[in-house]
Amino acid sequence: MTSATTTAKTTYREALREALRESLRSDDRVFLMGEDVGRYGGCFGVSLGLLEEFGPERVRDTPLSESAFVGSGIGAALAGMRPIVEIMTVNFSLLALDQILNNAATLLHMSGGQLAVPLVIRMTTGAGRQLAAQHSHSLEGWYAHIPGVRVLAPATLEDARHMLAPALADPDPVLIFEHGSLYNVSGELDPRTAPADLDHAAIRRTGTDITLVTYGGSLPKTLAAADELAVDGISAEVIDLRTLRPLDTGALADSVARTHRAVVVDEAWRTGSLAAEVSARIAEDSFYDLDAPVERVCSAEVPMPYARRLEEAALPQTADVVAAARRAVD
Amino acid sequence: MTVARTTRTRNTPTATKPAKPAKKGTRTKKSAKNRTPAPTADTGRRRDLLEGMLRIRRFEERCVELYSATKIRGFVHLYIGEEAVAVGVNEALTAEDAVVSTYREHGHALARGITAEAVMAEMYGRTTGCSGGRGGSMHLFDASRRFYGGNAIVAGGLPLAAGLALADRMRGQNHVTCCFFGDGAFAEGEFHETANLAALWNLPLLLVCENNRYAMGTALERHQAQTDLALRAASYGMVAWSVDGMDVEAVEQASRRAVEGIRAGTGPHFLELRTYRFRAHSMYDPDRYRDKAEIESWKSRDPIGLLVDRMRENGDPVDREFARIERRITAEIDDAVEAAEQAPEEPVETLLRHVTSAPSEAVT
Ligand SMILES: Cc1ncc(C[n+]2csc(CCOP(=O)(O)OP(=O)(O)O)c2C)c(N)n1
Repeated sequence: MTSATTTAKTTYREALREALRESLRSDDRVFLMGEDVGRYGGCFGVSLGLLEEFGPERVRDTPLSESAFVGSGIGAALAGMRPIVEIMTVNFSLLALDQILNNAATLLHMSGGQLAVPLVIRMTTGAGRQLAAQHSHSLEGWYAHIPGVRVLAPATLEDARHMLAPALADPDPVLIFEHGSLYNVSGELDPRTAPADLDHAAIRRTGTDITLVTYGGSLPKTLAAADELAVDGISAEVIDLRTLRPLDTGALADSVARTHRAVVVDEAWRTGSLAAEVSARIAEDSFYDLDAPVERVCSAEVPMPYARRLEEAALPQTADVVAAARRAVD
Repeated sequence: MTVARTTRTRNTPTATKPAKPAKKGTRTKKSAKNRTPAPTADTGRRRDLLEGMLRIRRFEERCVELYSATKIRGFVHLYIGEEAVAVGVNEALTAEDAVVSTYREHGHALARGITAEAVMAEMYGRTTGCSGGRGGSMHLFDASRRFYGGNAIVAGGLPLAAGLALADRMRGQNHVTCCFFGDGAFAEGEFHETANLAALWNLPLLLVCENNRYAMGTALERHQAQTDLALRAASYGMVAWSVDGMDVEAVEQASRRAVEGIRAGTGPHFLELRTYRFRAHSMYDPDRYRDKAEIESWKSRDPIGLLVDRMRENGDPVDREFARIERRITAEIDDAVEAAEQAPEEPVETLLRHVTSAPSEAVT
């Protein structure tokens, strides 16, 4: 055990696993279910070892029936349980979209406030591992479109470790998107960190010349861009949205009021994206603070190619963020 | 094996034991006294089956090396152990028939006649690949061979296959569409929706379930309430058989009968081929969920070994043949790797190509 004052070396994957372990230990209404979460240890190794610790009732392998097991999670939540449902990737979640959108998100409203759905759904998102078009897209922005759900995107070890508990405490459905490129990220985790604040964006770096808005897997690239800009004497503030729905628009307005410029970095396609929403909010709320048009750095409008060079070209890269910021500052 | 509407197979081996050799109706009439019979008409045909299976085996073994050397990337799902299925089923199909496959489709693609060169180039992500480098291992396509992929969503290919069969039927073409999928697909609604539709509309569809007993790490009895898959398929009112998927001749024979039945207008047929993958689910899988003993017992019924044994019994000059085929295939794969290494990568300027059929207006 680490003492309360030292930090512990961990990975994003381990932080998520520790969060699952803690929630399974502290509340016996909580159970984890999904494809290969048990024997296999989770498609991405997140739940490795939990089956041995908690048994097959609470770490439950399901058949390949996204619609059926997401739907049964909703039923279990209605009946007083606190299920955590894992869907391997956001691509496959589309097979359960009916359950998420038509049931989880709407039962409370349709029942006149009688039927809350305290369900947590976790899934991976994003590209960067040459998995081609059916394993690489970033569709969390679509879910952020839906009223009735909360959408989270942990980008740091702290958030990976501390978003789950408040998500489970939320009486409504919460979707957590884990970017596939983050699982192996390692670093020091302060064991004292409190539950994550699910209502507010985080300023990951302060700056005075420009605001870089991002979330999830694009945070490391955006921070790298801020470092590069600093070399040129451009001071960039980096905002991590963390919660994609509801958006912390106040944090955006406050930052732009200080910096007067903004770049939005989002791995989804630009058209109809969350980046579109963020840009529109900045235009609506901060128009008179702006000294330059809002810039967006998104993925190319193409199904994600397998070939490495093409995939890299399709994705937002640090250099793209730097270039966009320079355009805004010039 | 009778061509009853719903041939059942309750007495076929289950669970962890390898399937017993299928009983053959037509080719077991050789004289018991003749210990080393002379080569028969089967000789050439069996040599072709052997070559088909060896090509897949050696191609994939090379893929393992290339993957370790980071020449190819992404998800790679090997077919090793299951070769009799692709080769045996393909024997029953003509060039006009259509094939729909999954992410474990190197075997199906090669058996279909897509060259090792085109498949390898695809694994390399090169422009000369059968999907122009946009698909990779999981998304192999060749329209000229009516090979419709390459679907990485479990059961996702089934509705597509029904649509292909429907179109052929509506245009009065007596083609069969063959759809490969795993036992895991049985848990997806799309299998059941498709089976229902195909039977209801009497579609010329051959549903080929490669029952390798696992869906990633989840064993059949942990993902299916009723593990008799032919029974369930039969419940949709289609002809359904279970076959020893390690015996390429049994697979071929059953496939021929099914395809004949389909062409004769008796609607969709279902084949459950009892097989096993000797390797892990994918290159990322440490394979912690299977018994070593179970794997070994299935390996003792290696489809290539089984056929070689039969050829020996038949008096075929199999050892000489084997070496000759092996040499040819090695050269073929060497050339494929060499060509892939040399093949151009698509320039980044063409990134937005193929998003729509209309010339792409760079939407960036
Ligand atoms: C809809 C969907 N859910 C989950 C997955 C992840 N996945 C890929 S292969 C696989 C196992 C499928 O097993 P099976 O259908 O038996 O085919 P096999 O791999 O054994 O050939 C899983 C769970 C997927 N690709 N698609």
